[in-house]
Amino acid sequence: MNALLVICGLGFVSLLAEIANFKKLLTALVVLALVAAIVLGILDWGTPRAYYHDMVVFDNFSLAFTALLCTITLAWYVMARSYFEHQSHQSDRSALMIFALAGGIIMVSFNNMAMLFLGIEILSISLYVLAGSNKSSLFSNEAAFKYFLMGSFATGFLLMGIALVYGATGSFDITKIYVFVHDHGDTMPRFFHAGLVMILIGLTFKISAVPFHFWAPDVYEGSPTPVTAFMSTMVKTAALGAFVKVFQTCFTPVQPAFLIIVQAIIVLTLVVANVTAVYQVSVKRILAYSSIGHVGYILLALMASDGSALGVLFYYMVAYSAASIAAFTVLQAVELSSGSTGVDSFNGLYYKNPFLAVVMTIAMLSLAGIPPLAGFFGKYLVFAKALEHHYVVLVILGVVTSLIGIYYYFKVIVAMYKKETSGTTPTQYSRVLLVVLTLVILALGLFPDRVIGLLIP
Amino acid sequence: MIPIDYYLWLSAVLFTIGVLGVLYRRNAIIVFMCIELMLNAVNLVMVAFSNYMNDAAGQVFVFFIMAVAAAEVAVGLAILIMMYRITKTTDINILNRLKW
Repeated sequence: MNALLVICGLGFVSLLAEIANFKKLLTALVVLALVAAIVLGILDWGTPRAYYHDMVVFDNFSLAFTALLCTITLAWYVMARSYFEHQSHQSDRSALMIFALAGGIIMVSFNNMAMLFLGIEILSISLYVLAGSNKSSLFSNEAAFKYFLMGSFATGFLLMGIALVYGATGSFDITKIYVFVHDHGDTMPRFFHAGLVMILIGLTFKISAVPFHFWAPDVYEGSPTPVTAFMSTMVKTAALGAFVKVFQTCFTPVQPAFLIIVQAIIVLTLVVANVTAVYQVSVKRILAYSSIGHVGYILLALMASDGSALGVLFYYMVAYSAASIAAFTVLQAVELSSGSTGVDSFNGLYYKNPFLAVVMTIAMLSLAGIPPLAGFFGKYLVFAKALEHHYVVLVILGVVTSLIGIYYYFKVIVAMYKKETSGTTPTQYSRVLLVVLTLVILALGLFPDRVIGLLIP
Repeated sequence: MIPIDYYLWLSAVLFTIGVLGVLYRRNAIIVFMCIELMLNAVNLVMVAFSNYMNDAAGQVFVFFIMAVAAAEVAVGLAILIMMYRITKTTDINILNRLKW
């Protein structure tokens, strides 16, 4: 809770920075507050507590995700320095980013459907603006507009679902809903199930799983690269946290009926995302489709309806976010020097800047799931978890689609080691951040049980 | 007292009109209005259930929805104006520059 208060306070302070004229201090202030939020989150560890009449509950799951979200934002803030410094609207952008983070924290710690709705909206409204923050570019405008239309459309479905579930159970509190559904499992009215499907549709939009993914590649491509990185790491983690909280805690009594729908979503997500990614020529779009594909693997872990899936989910999110931010940092450096995000702008990167090329290779290998990197253990644990619950067909499909994945990740790697070079050498990037992220990817791959053990009760 | 089914059917119809409007209309402003229609259908369900169950929580939720919808439209219209300055149209068929 303290972490959330610090983040909200920081948001207001950033808004004031423009008026009170301390913009120069803003970067240091944001970094300090994010570190403070992480520390405060860790200090609360092991003492679950409810606030404001059970509106939000910070248990170990929420605290772990809060700390992860703040860490991702911190890494992202270092990566996106060129997006903030020496730009107009620096304080506005910081404030929007911080408010999006506050929304994300609410999304992983809500205990009441009202908070879920508010969290999603605080996150989304900030992001609509951030997606369109490159005002002179039509692509950025178009991305913002599409994101806005699709986002509010999904919110409509989510709200209708919440309203119908409220009508059937008489409460917005997810623990009360759980108890009610548990006691009256067979006699729930039909509109309760309609409501559940609508909540599922609304949240599937937010985590961008197929068939509700069509907005994601366009929005990811049109937004400025730092904002895309933010969307595919921080926002995705928060949305998946909310998804897990709703479907693993609240609606477990009715899960059997929904497993079939979720299975269909997993199959579609794995196949469509990975196959479409093969045809992409822009690295930004490849990363967009890869982030959709990873949602499929994460949902596969959630098919196991016991608490241990949460540890696997957390590990997967850490591994995925570290590799994604590293990849986006390199992509941003290449984009700043060559002006394009196409695969061919990576041609000969190894001969121009070996450091960047090696980091990008490690990030891509981790995303593709090559041992001994973090991504491999993420996928391995997901498959092991699914096999425990006898989803053999889904696991085979998962293995086949990750083989397809290797093809498009290697497209980028092969381009980097080609002899022919083009464009100038990328210079604008944070070497420290890339070294840290690479170490995280390697360390997670070597000692995976530390992170997984965190969330096993 | 009017049975609750009537409210539910009315809001289901309103919600469906809203969804169809978002999917079929090509004018951005009308699409905005259709999204609002969806949200207002939700409000109607909430208030009906709230009254039916004698529980104030549903009506409080409606205030949240109204406030958030207002904020959302403010941002949405700003984005639309930004786009209109470049394209000089509110037809959403122009949103086809980003394609897979």
